[in-house]
Amino acid sequence: MRHHLLLRVITKLLVGPILIFALYVQFHGEYSPGGGFQAGAIFAVAFILFGIVFGLDKVQEVFPPWLVHKLSAVGVLLYAGTGVYSLMLNSTYLNYSSFSPSNPISGQHWGIILVELGVGITVASVMVAIYYAFAARPPVINDEEW
Amino acid sequence: MDSAAILPGLSIIDQLPLLAVVLPMLAAPLCVLFGNRHIAWLLAFLASLFSFLFSFHMLLQVMDGDVLSYHLGGWAPPMGIEYRIDAANAFVLMLISGISTVILPYARRSIAYEITKVSHTLFYCCYLLCLTGLLGVVATGDAFNVFVFLEISALSTYVLVAMGAERDRRALTAAYDYLIMGTIGATFFVIGIGFLYSVTGTLNMVDMAERISTLEDNRTVQAGFAFIVVGMGLKAAIYPLHLWLPGSYTYAPSVVTAFLAATATKAAIYVLIRFMFSVFQPEFIFELHTFKWILMPLAILAMFAASLIAVFQTDLKRLLAYSSVAQVGYMILGISLASKTGLSAAIIHLFNHGITKAVLFMVVGAFLMRVGGSFTKYLNGLGKQMPITCAAFVVGGLSLIGVPGTAGFISKWVLIDAALQKDLWWLAVLIVLSSLLAVIYVWKVVEVLYMKQPDETRVLKEVPYSMLVPMWVLAIACIYFGFDTDLTLRSATVAAESLLSGGIK
Repeated sequence: MRHHLLLRVITKLLVGPILIFALYVQFHGEYSPGGGFQAGAIFAVAFILFGIVFGLDKVQEVFPPWLVHKLSAVGVLLYAGTGVYSLMLNSTYLNYSSFSPSNPISGQHWGIILVELGVGITVASVMVAIYYAFAARPPVINDEEW
Repeated sequence: MDSAAILPGLSIIDQLPLLAVVLPMLAAPLCVLFGNRHIAWLLAFLASLFSFLFSFHMLLQVMDGDVLSYHLGGWAPPMGIEYRIDAANAFVLMLISGISTVILPYARRSIAYEITKVSHTLFYCCYLLCLTGLLGVVATGDAFNVFVFLEISALSTYVLVAMGAERDRRALTAAYDYLIMGTIGATFFVIGIGFLYSVTGTLNMVDMAERISTLEDNRTVQAGFAFIVVGMGLKAAIYPLHLWLPGSYTYAPSVVTAFLAATATKAAIYVLIRFMFSVFQPEFIFELHTFKWILMPLAILAMFAASLIAVFQTDLKRLLAYSSVAQVGYMILGISLASKTGLSAAIIHLFNHGITKAVLFMVVGAFLMRVGGSFTKYLNGLGKQMPITCAAFVVGGLSLIGVPGTAGFISKWVLIDAALQKDLWWLAVLIVLSSLLAVIYVWKVVEVLYMKQPDETRVLKEVPYSMLVPMWVLAIACIYFGFDTDLTLRSATVAAESLLSGGIK
């Protein structure tokens, strides 16, 4: 992609806004359409686009595969951990109201935000992991041999 | 919402239905985070052990016909998701978590031989996810939640089966076959749920059962029933839908085969039973016709055809896989009798066959570790070289045939009893005849193990104790449950009663 000046410049311009938009979708999830899954997918797209244009090595410098794997577990743990925290407060699993007994509505907000964050982290890292898995496959036929 | 309703102040006992499912789910990401195979094994074992203890405690709680209901997130059913434990699920939960707890100590050495060290952590992670899925399918009282857990267990199973590729590349195509068929099964199931939802407007099984009870002639309900039976039939490997099973059982790592054979199809059969007897009423004409004209003929076909195929197999693992298809036939036969005894026969066979097949596949894993293959030609005279392992095979084989004094006998006895109660004496004859086929294929292996001349040039020693002990724990369980039927038969009877008494109350 060394010769594709336009692609490289546009990608560099776009990666930032895509990430910010992902965060916007993430943190508006509990009020408006959006949430962890969509945000995670959008977040991952920034890395995938970067990888397609600048190559797998470059994107893996930013987001190394080991980190991708750990993060996909962190997200699930955050989700499940939110539930366990509500268990510790002597309530049923994922009962967000227990986070703030004096004001259950705010407890619900906190619960949703934490759970959605977990979903977002896992979805983003799993999408990137899938991209890495496909992109890192050695080609069956070498490019030169076509 | 007043705060008293929000904070019921639950004790740990009230949390058991949830904890049994959530512990393995928590342990799975922790395995990946720690990234160490020893810690991963420990986490898996502990999660599985506690899950088993919790399930056992729940079984004792519901033995007298009680029902435990757990509302996730504090949302009351039918709106919220409910975990609903009665004798039927508690029994299956105990089977699944118990088998998993026994298999995990065995797994350490077995996968050290069959899978490269790098993948061990991920193996335990997938194993735990599979366990979570299976436990969740059984514990939940929400129809859509069943589908979600079903997918969790299925997706991790595909990965586990594919891990056999290091020993034999054909594991990849086997896993792919399973992926396609399993996905079709799950899709059919969710289409069925969708139909029922469109008619009843609810996903909670109890609520759904109430609303369906007056809708016998509704075409959508009937179509939903058909989709659910076919979808679950694929997952449970009912005879003509069993094609994924021999391949994936043969090429998966031995631990995975032992675990899946003892639990995965059992969970699917449980769902089938739950839907047929709790959600739909067994008195529905279309359901009675399904029992009589579809399930019973297929079950009999499975008992004979799959056993016959098993007789001609040269690979021990594939032989046992076909035998599993035949044994599923007995369970379906019990269901198709649509009586209390028939249903308890199906439920008790679910348990007895689970422990029996786990022993047999664990023995195959031990053979594989020592002689490098499970083809019968490798096994000549192993009875002299690995006597303890081979004895476990004989015990498991006897239980598979249904010899008196083993667990298998009890389930066949109850099944024959159920057939005779319905005056179907010819069915009782068929059950005995098909057991004779089991004698043939078990004898074939015993002959190879004990009568053939061993290859003197190879020096074999027994497998390590960490594998022998779990194997024998289950082998002794096969004998124990052949004599002391209090736990198994009583739970199965209570389960059948609660299923038949107008569904989950």
